[in-house]
Amino acid sequence: MGSTSAQHTNEGLGRRDVIKRSAAIGLITVPTMGFLASCASSDSGTDKKVEKGKTSAQNPLGVNETAPLDFVLFDGGFGTEYAKDSVALFEKAYPKAKVKFSSTQKIQSELSPRFNGGTPPDLIDNSGAEQMDMGVLVGKKQLTDLTPLLDAPSIDDPAKKVRDTLRPGIVEMGQYDGDPVWIMNYAYTVYGVWYSQTALDKLDAEYPQDWDAMLALCAKAKKKNIAGWTYAGKYPYYIPFSLYPFIGKIGGREVLDAIDNLEPNAWKNPAVKSAFEAYYELFKKGYILKGTPGIDHIQSQTAWTEGKALFIPNGSWVENEAAKTTPKDFQMKVAAPSSLDSSDKLPFGTIWAGGGEPFIVPAKAANPQGGMEQLRVMLSEAASKNFTTKVKSLSAFNGGTDGLTLSTAMQSGVDALKLAGDNVLNPRLQDWYVALQKEKIGTGVLGELMAGRITPAEAVKKAQGFADEAAKDTSIKHYKHQ
Amino acid sequence: MQHGKYRFIVGFLVVPLAMYTIFVIWPFIQSIYYSFTDWTGLSPDFKMVGFGNYSRLLDDDTFWKSLQHSVLLALLLPVVVLGLALFFSFMLNVGGRRRKGAAIAGVQGSGFYKIVYFFPQVLSIAIVALLFQFAYNPNSGLINSALDGVGLGSVQPEWLGDPDLALWCVMAVLVWSQVGFFVVLFSAGMASIPKDFYEAALLDGASRVTTFFRITLPLLWDTVQSGWVYMGILALGAESFAVVQIITVGPGGPDGSTSVLTLLVYQKAFRDGQAGYATTIGVALLIVTLIFSAVVMRLGRRERLEF
Repeated sequence: MGSTSAQHTNEGLGRRDVIKRSAAIGLITVPTMGFLASCASSDSGTDKKVEKGKTSAQNPLGVNETAPLDFVLFDGGFGTEYAKDSVALFEKAYPKAKVKFSSTQKIQSELSPRFNGGTPPDLIDNSGAEQMDMGVLVGKKQLTDLTPLLDAPSIDDPAKKVRDTLRPGIVEMGQYDGDPVWIMNYAYTVYGVWYSQTALDKLDAEYPQDWDAMLALCAKAKKKNIAGWTYAGKYPYYIPFSLYPFIGKIGGREVLDAIDNLEPNAWKNPAVKSAFEAYYELFKKGYILKGTPGIDHIQSQTAWTEGKALFIPNGSWVENEAAKTTPKDFQMKVAAPSSLDSSDKLPFGTIWAGGGEPFIVPAKAANPQGGMEQLRVMLSEAASKNFTTKVKSLSAFNGGTDGLTLSTAMQSGVDALKLAGDNVLNPRLQDWYVALQKEKIGTGVLGELMAGRITPAEAVKKAQGFADEAAKDTSIKHYKHQ
Repeated sequence: MQHGKYRFIVGFLVVPLAMYTIFVIWPFIQSIYYSFTDWTGLSPDFKMVGFGNYSRLLDDDTFWKSLQHSVLLALLLPVVVLGLALFFSFMLNVGGRRRKGAAIAGVQGSGFYKIVYFFPQVLSIAIVALLFQFAYNPNSGLINSALDGVGLGSVQPEWLGDPDLALWCVMAVLVWSQVGFFVVLFSAGMASIPKDFYEAALLDGASRVTTFFRITLPLLWDTVQSGWVYMGILALGAESFAVVQIITVGPGGPDGSTSVLTLLVYQKAFRDGQAGYATTIGVALLIVTLIFSAVVMRLGRRERLEF
């Protein structure tokens, strides 16, 4: 599940969720509302920052070489090994510093008392089903600005800043409001339409580059009793992974920006309706795997790897996540959304890619320099290669795949990024407005649309309504693209 | 002899009362306090917002939907669960055909059935929900496969994916997992009803139905009433949360069709970083629960039968 974790909040019962859920059940009954309460009341608020060390070429951030480092990692599909390897590198550079490394799946329930008490760790991988809401953390000034890290020289090449070694969109994704960079996403996810080259070969087909070809291919597949598409029906907020870049491709980047900015009538852009209509046609023509609205991400991925459907909107974690059910000769690949027609604003290849596995340094961390230095170590070529080899995902470090044997899925991701060039889109709805994206737009609009219970016109109206509500809601912090 | 009685009682009660105050009453008061703040749950600073959270609650469509679902569960589940449990336990203990020697007995194999009924109770609700998640899978799940098997291949509902069915699916899981407990509870209650009553009724030629309504139910009334409150609170609280959270679309859907108050508390506190608002919903849930208990106790009040 790895880098996906950011998208996986509160959803189906993965392996790691059972325990978390049962604990949550215990927490949620009325008498234990007090649990919530007790967290807040433990505020000690003392500031115990360690003294900053001397900066040097080896130590550009001024890490105090004897200060302990407290590092909490989300233990998801990527495991903990890659981080432990980086910790070893950090310890090698600072032998006198003691690193307290721990990992958990319950980020929020373990860490929110520490935030409330003013004693958070120095570095956190804030990910998984219990991810702490980034918008709130930023809004409440709980995070350290990572700009010093970005402006520090990179480990591999002192002439280059860390900032210049990162993949497109990584820095921007860490920003919420203005210049400060609050988050360093360590993994790099390619979102799009996932398919099996083998399955297409069997149908004697290429990946369809425009929508007519897509419909024709689906019709061909249907004759052989194969569905065109499936998706995580129980978590319809997977649909955007291919739908949003499709919208952006049709109407241009500004359409998605307007949607993210919660601008009035953003959803009423004709590009949105065209995209909705195209996807709705998949439903109407019966190209969607029967029963899809009632299955979760794992079940839909399994149906897909079993060859019951050709295409699935997903992200690059799917390779790891579906590994168990994927046949050897599956040849998993990802592609950018097909063109709607020749009037699309952006060329074929326009894709959604962005960071995953968000690392943060709390504002009240005792040793923020240490936390940032640990990140700098992780963003070295060696650590990045180690990550890619071990967890089959690209990292935020640009490059570092030379000399590695990549799976077809990873290779297709690299190729897709190359094809996209500058046309990499990065819609922010899912990290800025979690409730809006998942509950309202996801299950309320896209799920209903794809199940055929509302029409594209109704979907546009409903989505706009939800967006307007969110724009008016003063209890959530609003963000804008810069 | 009488003087010092209260001191004596208080002496014994002071420790448990203090514990109760610290661990039960105080959190309640704290929660009510936090429901007037804009606390996020992620930062120690918050400010009082007066009734802001409460007025927001009144405008929150999701809240009203969830409330509706929670109330529906609290009203319907006890009826179904207790009704089934009463029927089963009557059949297991009293409803059998008369055999030699015993005036009253359960149906054949009742010992075995008792174990079967109780079986879901030993599984954690998370596991029960998981099992049903697989059963409800529209493509390869047990239920649709069974429908297919008996020639109903054309009837293949999407179960949890269908807004008209999803809440009923959740209810079915809760019924399945809870009936066993009440069968055992009522069986114990029935065992304490003197056999002479039944013998007398049988001599008069009473049927099973009459026996049930004239003897069993009235003498079991106290147990039924506690069961009713208990089941209602389960339906409002933890059990419904677990099932909705684990198996439903979203969770809480499709289109909000299975959202319940406890789920909303969880989502606001742990997904949206709005712990203050979450405690407000918690207070609303508390009020609903209290009203429910009060109504049940009041409506269920009857003259106590001694035996």
